[in-house]
Amino acid sequence: MSADNAAAHDDDHGHGAHHPVEYYYKTYAALVVLFLVSVIGPYIGEVTGLWWLTLITAFGIAFVKAGLVIRNFMHLTVEKSFVHYFLITALAFMALFFFAVSPDVMNHEGTNWKNLAAEAEIERALAEHAAGGGHHGDHGDGHGAEGDHAAPEGDHAAPEGEHH
Amino acid sequence: MSAKPIATTRSATGVQTAKLAVWWLLASEIVIFGGLLAAYLMHRMAHPEWANYAVHTNTLAGAVNTIVLLTSSLTAVLAHHAAEEGNGPKAAKLLYATVGGACMFLVIKSLEWSNEIAHGYTITANTFWSFYYTAAGIHGAHVIVGALIMLWVASTARKNEELHRVENVGLYWHFVDLVWIFLFPLLYIAK
Repeated sequence: MSADNAAAHDDDHGHGAHHPVEYYYKTYAALVVLFLVSVIGPYIGEVTGLWWLTLITAFGIAFVKAGLVIRNFMHLTVEKSFVHYFLITALAFMALFFFAVSPDVMNHEGTNWKNLAAEAEIERALAEHAAGGGHHGDHGDGHGAEGDHAAPEGDHAAPEGEHH
Repeated sequence: MSAKPIATTRSATGVQTAKLAVWWLLASEIVIFGGLLAAYLMHRMAHPEWANYAVHTNTLAGAVNTIVLLTSSLTAVLAHHAAEEGNGPKAAKLLYATVGGACMFLVIKSLEWSNEIAHGYTITANTFWSFYYTAAGIHGAHVIVGALIMLWVASTARKNEELHRVENVGLYWHFVDLVWIFLFPLLYIAK
């Protein structure tokens, strides 16, 4: 990619690297193209049933776009390494949070415990969706799923589509 | 300004103090948004029924707002470029353009939210919508604050004063763009 070559060329200018204006326009053009791929890709993925295409185009491209913004717009590559260290530390704390908490959220049962509220909510919501059905779920579902409205305790209270 | 602060650089880091402060701010923002998005992600993967809620988010509004923010990031970096050249008035104009992008983003966002709230998808509808409004709401608050700071920075840059602030506010603005780059697929694309 031409914007990348320009970046490689200019990186050794040190702190406060000064790029020609075209460099920013090229980066912007690359970002817009990547954005279009990230919208069209998941659409094709949905139509063809290729889940990995959705995953790569929606989320993989988000990381590429983020990389372009960080390097070409924020000029992090020419920033002092000290800055890199504390930004990476912040990311590491985010990862620590994710990996420490996600086993309790993503599993609904484990040794000597069961998340009854979560399981009941999944069952209730899926049954309600199956009864009301479809993409226009709010135009008349909710009425068909009475009896399921005893919302379980916990974080999943009011059933969707009950009121208009 | 008659008196210049002495501590404009830190010898240990070699980074201009104001800029270093912005980077520290962004590090704290990584934890704020990162924590929120990580929590959303783990719940989303654990709750298959959320897919039925996510189909109701407005992909077109999210997509247009992505382009708006990407474009405003371009004008922000062009303002930085102009400031580096010592052209304060041009930098100020480009910052005003960036503020215009922020306003456009907020108008689209409020139309989108009004429509969703009118259909009963409120912040209390269920946990999916709670995450949706919290994540996009905190992001929207950052857009408002960014626009106000840019107006202030532009008011000094216009007079060719404190031009280093143009880069610093730009860093913040690119970060706001970065958060949206991840919010967009998480809230609008993954159906």
